Amino acid sequence: MSVRIVYFAWVRERIGKGSEEIEIPAGVTTVGDLIAHLSTLGEEYEAAFQVPGVIRAALDEEHADHDEPIGQAREIALFPPMTGG
Amino acid sequence: MAAGTSGTPVGVTVRIQAQDFDIAGEIEALTGGRTDIGAVVSFTGLCRDEGGRLSALELEHYPGMAERAIRAIAEKAVTRFELCGITAIHRHGAIPPGGNIVLVVAAAPHRQAAFDGASFLMDYLKTDAPFWKKEHLKVGGAGEWVSAKDADDEAKAKWAEALRQSGQ
Repeated sequence: MSVRIVYFAWVRERIGKGSEEIEIPAGVTTVGDLIAHLSTLGEEYEAAFQVPGVIRAALDEEHADHDEPIGQAREIALFPPMTGG
Repeated sequence: MAAGTSGTPVGVTVRIQAQDFDIAGEIEALTGGRTDIGAVVSFTGLCRDEGGRLSALELEHYPGMAERAIRAIAEKAVTRFELCGITAIHRHGAIPPGGNIVLVVAAAPHRQAAFDGASFLMDYLKTDAPFWKKEHLKVGGAGEWVSAKDADDEAKAKWAEALRQSGQ
């Protein structure tokens, strides 16, 4: 299954791109699994996800916890805690 | 448009935009032609220069989700505080010190609901709306991304606690 991943703020800067299509390997079922998988893709990903617990996620524009299944999400967003307002 | 308790349509307006907003115009748009509103509270968030260090704040956002997240909070505020209407506008892009970042206007029959509605929306927006601030410095160019504050999480948590205590 291929899914679009979007990154924001320092996660985007560390990875060096705002979005990409990723093939989800077998065994990756939750948001937390996905973050762990991405961390293995190179040192820029390792830098972005070195403290996985701070990373926030959204599945198709809805906030999601790390234990939430990715399911049929078409777009997964990964980003730092929000600082708007 | 959600239905208000009195049957009057409740205006929920949410906009994400680069350009500045007109505070008086937004209040007029929310209250104009209505006679059921007794209180309007507006909150404006501005860019500070942090003791003269900053040349600008850069506001990054997640298009689509930013509007969706704020709208969900605004609709909760309308229901919980029985507002007559609410407007939330959040800017993105580079904003210089003194510039407007965010506007919330809450209208209700009485003042407490209007104050609470505006405060509730801001407290949830801070932690749940996908915006990120990056500092740009007068000396040295691009600076750090602004860190999230524990105080913002605590401000949001107090609303859940208040709801729990009220037994709703």
